[in-house]
Amino acid sequence: MKNMSYWGAPLLSTAVLLAFLAIWHAATRPDVRPEVVGDEYAKLVGGAAATGQKSTLPTPAEVGRTLWQHLSDPFYDKGPNDKGIGLQLLYSIARVVIGYVLAALVAIPVGFLIGMSPLVYRALDPFIQVLKPISPLAWMPLALFTLKDSAVSAIFVIFICSMWPMLINTAFGVAAVRREWLNVARTLEVGPLRKAFRVILPAAAPTIMTGMRISIGIAWLVIVAAEMLVGGTGIGYFVWNEWNNLSISNIISGILAIGFVGMLLDLALARLTRVVTFPE
Amino acid sequence: MTDPLIRIEGIAKHYAARGKRTTVFENLHFSIERGEFVCLIGHSGCGKTTILNILSGLESASEGYVFVGGREISGPSLDRAVIFQSHALMPWMSVKGNIAFAVASRWPDWDREKVSAHCQRYIDLVNLTGSESKRPAELSGGMKQRVGIARALSIEPKMLLMDEPFSALDALTRGVLQEEVLRICAETQQTVFMITHDVDESILLADKIVLMTNGPYARIAEIVVNTLPRDRTQHDMHRHPHYYRIRNHLLDFLVDRSRAFAASAGASGQDPRNPPLISPGLEEDENVQERAAPRPVAPQALVAVV
Repeated sequence: MKNMSYWGAPLLSTAVLLAFLAIWHAATRPDVRPEVVGDEYAKLVGGAAATGQKSTLPTPAEVGRTLWQHLSDPFYDKGPNDKGIGLQLLYSIARVVIGYVLAALVAIPVGFLIGMSPLVYRALDPFIQVLKPISPLAWMPLALFTLKDSAVSAIFVIFICSMWPMLINTAFGVAAVRREWLNVARTLEVGPLRKAFRVILPAAAPTIMTGMRISIGIAWLVIVAAEMLVGGTGIGYFVWNEWNNLSISNIISGILAIGFVGMLLDLALARLTRVVTFPE
Repeated sequence: MTDPLIRIEGIAKHYAARGKRTTVFENLHFSIERGEFVCLIGHSGCGKTTILNILSGLESASEGYVFVGGREISGPSLDRAVIFQSHALMPWMSVKGNIAFAVASRWPDWDREKVSAHCQRYIDLVNLTGSESKRPAELSGGMKQRVGIARALSIEPKMLLMDEPFSALDALTRGVLQEEVLRICAETQQTVFMITHDVDESILLADKIVLMTNGPYARIAEIVVNTLPRDRTQHDMHRHPHYYRIRNHLLDFLVDRSRAFAASAGASGQDPRNPPLISPGLEEDENVQERAAPRPVAPQALVAVV
C-alpha cells in the first residue's frame, strides 16, 4: 500500500503521457492509400502532396527525432538564422536574468520604503496602480524609440514586468512584520539599518521571495513574446523563425524547451524560498 | 530615604474614538524601589498592558510622567528589558542567536567570543544548556519563555518588565518557571514589574501587589504588602498563616471591590497620590472577616512619591 502511494503518481503521469502520445500518433498517422493522382501530376507537385493524405501536423516520432537533433547539438551557430536551441535559450535566459536582477535592485529597496512608510505608500500607490496593469509589451515601441536598441529594449520590458510583483510583495511583507518583533527591536534600541537587515528583512523574506517567484514566471512568459517582436536571437525568435519556415516539429521542440526552462527557473526560486522560510 | 528606581506620577491614558474620549485609567501614582518585585493585578480592560508599555517606553502616556533613576523616560531603553507574553522570539534565529542579538545591541563593540560567552552564561542560568542552536519552532512554550527571560536578563537591565509572561503556559510548566524566576531574581537582585491576573503567582513572586480597579477610569485602589518570608516556595507558602489572609484579601478585591471601588473611594476621598499601603497578612483573623474598608497602614515607603 505504501509502495502504491509512492509509485502511484509517477505511474499515472506516465500513463497520461502515453495516452496523449497515442492519441497524437493516431490523429497524425500518415494514411497511406493508393495514389489518387497520376504519375505526371505527382512529379509536378512532389511526393507528399501527391499522396495527399499526410497530416500537416508532425507525428510524435517526427517531433522526437527533431528534438533529439536539437538536444544532441544544442549550441551550434551557423549564422543569424541558424543557431542551436540551447544557444537561443541562453540568450533568452541572459535577458531575463539581467532584466530581473535590475528590477529586483529597484523593486526591493523601493518596496521596503513603501512598506515602512504609510506616507510613501499613499504617495506612490496611484502610480503603481496605473503602471501595474500595463501589458509589458505595450512599453516596447516606447522603449525602442527611446533606447534605440532592440536588445536593451527587450531587457527593459523584462525589467518593467518583473518589477510589480516584487515591489508589491516587498511592500506588503515589510508592512506586515509582526508588531512584537519591532517592539523587541525598539526595546533593544536597535539602529534603523540593523533593524532593517536583522529584523525586517528576514521577517519579510518569505513574502519577498514569493513576489520574486511570481516575477520570474512572468518574465519568462514575456521574454518569448518580446523576442518574437524584437527578433535576432532568443527562444521566442527561434519559434517565430520556425513558424516562418513552417517547421512545426521545430516549433513544438521550442515550445517544450520554453516549458522546461520555465519549470527550472521556478524550481530554483522555490528552492531559494525554502531557504529563507522559517517555521513559526 | 533614597529615591525609588521607578516613580510614576499621575499617568493617564485617553483614547479618542469617533470624537468621544474614553479614559482607560488616570491619576496613577506609585513607585518601585531598587530590588523590589512588584506585581500589578486587575481585571482585563483596566489598562494593565498599557501601563507596562508606558513603563517600557513603547507607548506614551496621555498625561503624567515616568521617572527612572530620577530621569524622565522618553522612549524604549536598554535599561528596561521587556519579557513579552507571546515571548516574541525571532523565529529565523537560533536560541543563542536571539540572545546574541540582544547582547550585541547592548554592547555593540564586543567581539564575537565575548558575546557568545555572555550569552552562554544566561542560557545556563535559565537551564537551556544544550538547546543553543535550536530554532524557537523546535522549543516548547516553556522553553521559549525561558529564552525570552534569558534575552531580557542578558542585557543586564536596571529593571525587568513582564507582561503576563506565564499565562500562555500549562500549570506545571508555569510552576517550574515561577520558581526559576524567583531564584534568578534572588540571585541577581533584579527589580521587576510584572503584570498578572493570577493571585497565587503574585503572592509567590511579589513584594508588593498593586491592585487596580476596573476600567474605564481605572485607578490604583491599594497596594498590598506581601508579608510572607522571601524564601517562600510553591510547596510551603500556603502553610504560612499570612498566606490565606493575603489571598482572601486579593480575591475579595478582584471579585467584589474592584467593581464597586470607584464609588466608595470617591466618597471617602482617598488621595490618588498616596494609595493606601496595607498588609492583610499582619491583620488578625477577626479583623479580616469584619473589615469593611481597607485600613491604611502608615505609608512610610510612599513618602518619596510625594
